[in-house]
Formats: sequence, structure tokens, C-alpha cells
Amino acid sequence: MPVQLYIATRKGFWIATSDDRSAWSLQGPTFLGQQCHHIVLDPRDRRTLLCASRQWHLGPTVFRSSDGGATWKEAATPPQFVKGEPRGRAVDHVFWLTPGHASEPGTWYAGTSPKGLFRSDDGGVTWAPVAGFNDHPEQHRWVGSDKDETPDGGKLHSILVDPRDPAHLYLSMSGGGTFESLDRGADWRPLNLGVAADFFPPTEDGSEREYGHDPHCVVQHPTAPDRLWQQNHCGIYRIDRPDPRWVRIGKAMPGEVGDIGFPIVLHPRDPDTAWVFPMDGSGDWPRTSPGGRPAVFATRDGGASWQRREHGLPRDQAWWTVKRQAMCADGRDPIGLYFGTTSGELWATTDEADSFRCLFRHLPHIFSVTSGEPA
Amino acid sequence: MRVVVPTQLRGYTAGRAEVDAEGATLAEVLADLDRQFPGFRFRVIDEQDRVRRHIILFVGSERQDDLGAAIRPGADLQIVGALSGGS
Repeated sequence: MPVQLYIATRKGFWIATSDDRSAWSLQGPTFLGQQCHHIVLDPRDRRTLLCASRQWHLGPTVFRSSDGGATWKEAATPPQFVKGEPRGRAVDHVFWLTPGHASEPGTWYAGTSPKGLFRSDDGGVTWAPVAGFNDHPEQHRWVGSDKDETPDGGKLHSILVDPRDPAHLYLSMSGGGTFESLDRGADWRPLNLGVAADFFPPTEDGSEREYGHDPHCVVQHPTAPDRLWQQNHCGIYRIDRPDPRWVRIGKAMPGEVGDIGFPIVLHPRDPDTAWVFPMDGSGDWPRTSPGGRPAVFATRDGGASWQRREHGLPRDQAWWTVKRQAMCADGRDPIGLYFGTTSGELWATTDEADSFRCLFRHLPHIFSVTSGEPA
Repeated sequence: MRVVVPTQLRGYTAGRAEVDAEGATLAEVLADLDRQFPGFRFRVIDEQDRVRRHIILFVGSERQDDLGAAIRPGADLQIVGALSGGS
């Protein structure tokens, strides 16, 4: 069974395929000229692919392939807010796709810009707003204003479905913070205690802010789902539920690198192992590799310590950014890690970050890289 | 009426640069286009009935954002991908 990488870029998407993770072939482009934000293989049938896409001039949509990417069909009803709703929201782009629980084979979730949550129960053909979030009486406070958004619009991302319970969901927003639902999205509550938001002044009474934080990427361990990890605008965090408080494990990162970045990736079998790709969040916030020297940092002890991994990566003058969706792991042994850069390079390691090699160059700006093993 | 379709939307019209649609108002013409070419309208008009940011609708030679506007007999509708949308 091959490993595939689904590479979504600012100008279309590509699929990389390998049987042995040594020799790779590249198919594409598909949807050349369209912004493709996220492509995900359905792990439940390992055949269905969904792609969140927007042609620059046209409205946002979701494309669906039921044959592993050979042919694509547009959703009959793409994610969209309720017509005539009082806030006048309209989806600008679909940013995030998450397959639903294993017991709900047709269910998918989508996160949009502006920040909205949508669900499909028919495999991505039709989508409906999750009113419990989009119309929650506090939602307008949670999402903030346009000054609480990323430059091309706020993002709802990192939609997580507890593998033990399809009604237990998490989502995160840039900005806004992380939120939890125990009833399949009917109601939500903030989950941000312990997370810094140093772009805000302290509250007058010294209490912690409940929301308004800027999680860049939040992940849940598949075999230890009480453990969540977060790469935030203000550091790297871990939480072990039911503890309500995040712990800043990024404090153990080297001071000259810091703990700012976009992606965080987990080892699918080892709940203590994670990888991050730091970026420069100092001064003017260039959001490039610190010092122009890209490196992955690995922890094998739950974040108590971090090791720099850079063998094979450029030694200097490499001013990349790896975006929040653009780093992933496969399920092989040893684990393969893959990341795509804003400069259009696709890098891989198949020895758990002991060494890296560039698989492809000259692609457009890479938004996301996900992996799968198609049926 | 004759509708001039920009390249970005010809995936919906089987590659045709011009199609015919019926309607007394812009909204009715767009509804007819969506009946003929499912999905067409949402790529041009958002869920709050606003013309999308990088789309311009010309009825005859005039820009038109009001979907309720009556269509003058004999006018064409030209849908344009605005310069602002290129990147």
C-alpha cells in the first residue's frame, strides 16, 4: 500500500505517491490557479478525498473525489452561513477539513474564514452550519473583530473529534482560542487557561482571559486522546484532560530559537513524542526560520526537553515558513515526517527526523500537506 | 438574454463563453443560470446576496450590484473577473 502526500498550494494541488518512501512520483497540478487550503483523505474508507478550494475571483467551495483523486465533483451545497443572518456573514474561504468519528462514516467538519463551523453528514456533498457554535450567544465575543484575525481573514481550524466519543469536539480559532463541546457542537466553552495572550494588556483584576488567544495548531493524540498539544502564537503547550489548564512546555526550547511557530505534529503511537517547526517571532515578526537556519525540534518526553533536528536541511540563508497545516506524519515504522514550505519545497524524513531530504522543489507556496494510505 | 461568461466560470458551462438565460431581474437571470449550471450562482453571489468581491456584473455597459434591478430588454449580462482578484 503506497503512502500519499496531499500537497495543497496557493495555485492548485499535487499528490505525491511512494511505495517505499524512497522513490516518489508527483501527480498534478489539479485545480491549477485555485487556492487549495486543505486536502484530506477519509481514513474511514481510504478512498474519499475532500479539497477546500477557492478560485481567486469566485466563491469558496469544497470538491470531493470518490476515486482517490482521479475525478472531482463540487459539493452541491458548499459551506455557507444562513442567508439573512443578522451579522451578514459570508464564507470567504474554507480553510480546514476534518473527517468525523469512525462511527459516523458520512460526517465531516469544515472550518472557514470568517470563523465558522460547518458539518456534512453525507460525505461532503451538502454542508450545514453548526448553529450551536456559529450562533452561540457569546460567539461574536469569542471571534473578536477583524483586528483579531490573520491577515487574509480569521481562521477556524484544528477541529478535533475525540476517537472515544463522536459528541466530544474541540475547535480553535486564530484568534479566539480553543473551545470544547460535549454535545456534538450544540454548546461550547472556552479552554484556554494557562495559555499566554501577551498581545493583550493584563485584565484589571488580574484574572486570566477566557478567550481571545491565538492557537496556531492544536492536535489530539489518537491513542491517548486526553492529551492535546498546541503550537500557539505565544508558545508551545500541552494539556492532559480533565485538567482545565494548559502547560507551556515550550519554555524548554532554546532561548535563541524560542517557541513560536505554526505546526505541531504528533507521533501516532507515542504520546510523549512531538515535532514542531519554529519560526522567528521577534522584532518585526518575520515568521521565517530563526536566523535563516530551518530546523525541526523534537521532544520525546512530553515537552520536558527538545532536540534540534536539521541534518540535510540548509545550513543558512533559508528563510522559509512552514504553515500550520503544512507538516504531517505518516503511520509507518519508523514514522515519516513531511513538511512543505512557503517557497514551494516539500521535505521529508523517514527516520523520525534524524535526516531530511527535499523531495520536490519549485511548487507554489504550500498551504498544507497531509498524508494517507489509500485503499 | 445573452450572458457572457468569464473563463473562471466556464467549467460550469462546458466551456461555453456565451449562454442564454431568462429573467426580468438580475436575480431571476442568476437563478436561471444556476438551474442550467448547478453551483454557478454561489461562485458569483454570496449567501447574503452580495456580488462577490472580485466579480463585476455589467448589464449592458453599466455595472450593476442590485440583484433586484430590472433587466432592460435587449441588454446583455457580462460577468467579469475583476482585476483585483488576480494574484
